[in-house]
Amino acid sequence: MTAPTTTQLHKTALNAAHRRLGAKMVNFGGWEMPVEYSGIVNEHLATRTAAGLFDVSHMGEIEVRGPRALDLVQYVTSNDAAKLTDGQAHYSGLLTSAGTFVDDLLVHRISANRYLLCVNASNQDKDFEYVRSHNRFGAEVENTGERYSQLALQGPKALAILERFTRAPIGSLKYYRFMFDEVDGVTCLIARTGYTGEDGFELYFPPEHSERLWNDLLEGGRAAGVLPCGLGARNTLRLEASMCLYGHEIDDTTTVWEARLGWICKPDKGDFVGRDALLAQQRSGVERLLVGFEVQDRLIARDDCPVRIDGREAGRVTSGSPAPFLKKNIGMAYVPAESSAIGTELYIAIRANQARAAIAPMPFYKRAR
Amino acid sequence: MYPSDYRYTKEHEWVRLQDDIAILGITDYAQHELGDVVYADLPKVGAKLTAGKSFGTVESVKAVSEIFAPVSGEVVEVNAALRDAPETVNKDPHGQGWLIKVKLAAPSELSGLMDSQAYQAYVAEKEKEASA
Repeated sequence: MTAPTTTQLHKTALNAAHRRLGAKMVNFGGWEMPVEYSGIVNEHLATRTAAGLFDVSHMGEIEVRGPRALDLVQYVTSNDAAKLTDGQAHYSGLLTSAGTFVDDLLVHRISANRYLLCVNASNQDKDFEYVRSHNRFGAEVENTGERYSQLALQGPKALAILERFTRAPIGSLKYYRFMFDEVDGVTCLIARTGYTGEDGFELYFPPEHSERLWNDLLEGGRAAGVLPCGLGARNTLRLEASMCLYGHEIDDTTTVWEARLGWICKPDKGDFVGRDALLAQQRSGVERLLVGFEVQDRLIARDDCPVRIDGREAGRVTSGSPAPFLKKNIGMAYVPAESSAIGTELYIAIRANQARAAIAPMPFYKRAR
Repeated sequence: MYPSDYRYTKEHEWVRLQDDIAILGITDYAQHELGDVVYADLPKVGAKLTAGKSFGTVESVKAVSEIFAPVSGEVVEVNAALRDAPETVNKDPHGQGWLIKVKLAAPSELSGLMDSQAYQAYVAEKEKEASA
């Protein structure tokens, strides 16, 4: 008998709540997290048609403070944080000097001298060391992950549900804006952000209030159809919305240009880590590009399946799954840039089969506004 | 939960004998571990199965699970209803969610499988490990 390793895993403040709900728990990047409760398909569809509540407290937070906070944020991230105003957030990248990804993240400007970076759970310690190692500006950098729980309430009913618990004017909060206010009596950072392709909110608050907020949002949203959702649905939702996942579409071998994330790369803002390498790659052109594909028969492409074009090995699937809302088998993959046009025929090796697929426009799913 | 007239494998397949035809499926434990079944890749009628060898896959949103033949024999029928309704494997794993029917080549192989009591104990042990 081997000893269970679960004892070494990090747990969120909602671990017991997930178990009470009968969640299937898995090790996700060193965190014991719920992968599903009532089933991935059910949870996925609830989020697309009503609302889903996700415990994403494993996500890491890093705060950068002080008069030169912006200088440090600008130097370690690829997007132009000088464009942010108080209460605004954006998607960005922490890059290596080769222009590849250390991590992707959300940068929130709380005030001119206070920024909150939300990073991937499994990269939190690496990211913190990275930011600190580039801090020649004397900014204060703190790893504040343990100070926050994070819940994501996502879906077309998210606003109506959340409004029952707050007097804050969240209906007028624009996409990628945030405010501090009480939700259910708990002061939260309320951000209109998410990772599902739906309207919704992400709440950051002290962990001791986790059970109360979680239970009250589920109870208060029940009539509207809210369901607790796990990381399984979070993954299929983000894949339908063609959002990148670190360790899959992006990692320390891929660049913003290859991942079609050029919009978070702002070389004109001044120097930042990876800038020179990215400018050089922009001049020379990329050899490979991230594409979306639809499999044309019943077979399901999975992560790491080899991709062939015209009989030649062309790349690998970065994420592949059935798409529960679109009812198709979809995925993303890197292919040679010259073979990346929409409609290009691919063959994906799925066990003993060669499944026919075609490059499809991304995002696969876009909500009606 | 686990019908007493079925036989079971450590890989969580079940066998139900009807004369010399064996009906094969995956157990309730297996469907629950797998999650929402979205596709079953099954052999064609006429295919030969060898006990202990993989003969197909059942896929959920998240995972692919190989199915191993509990017995040797020739496939005489495939559950065609699963093509449009693979979720039947979740809803009724021991009944309507059967996978294939096989004409037994060596009926004695059945005696090497677990009965429902033994399988129930085996699953209880698995669940204890998982919650530890």
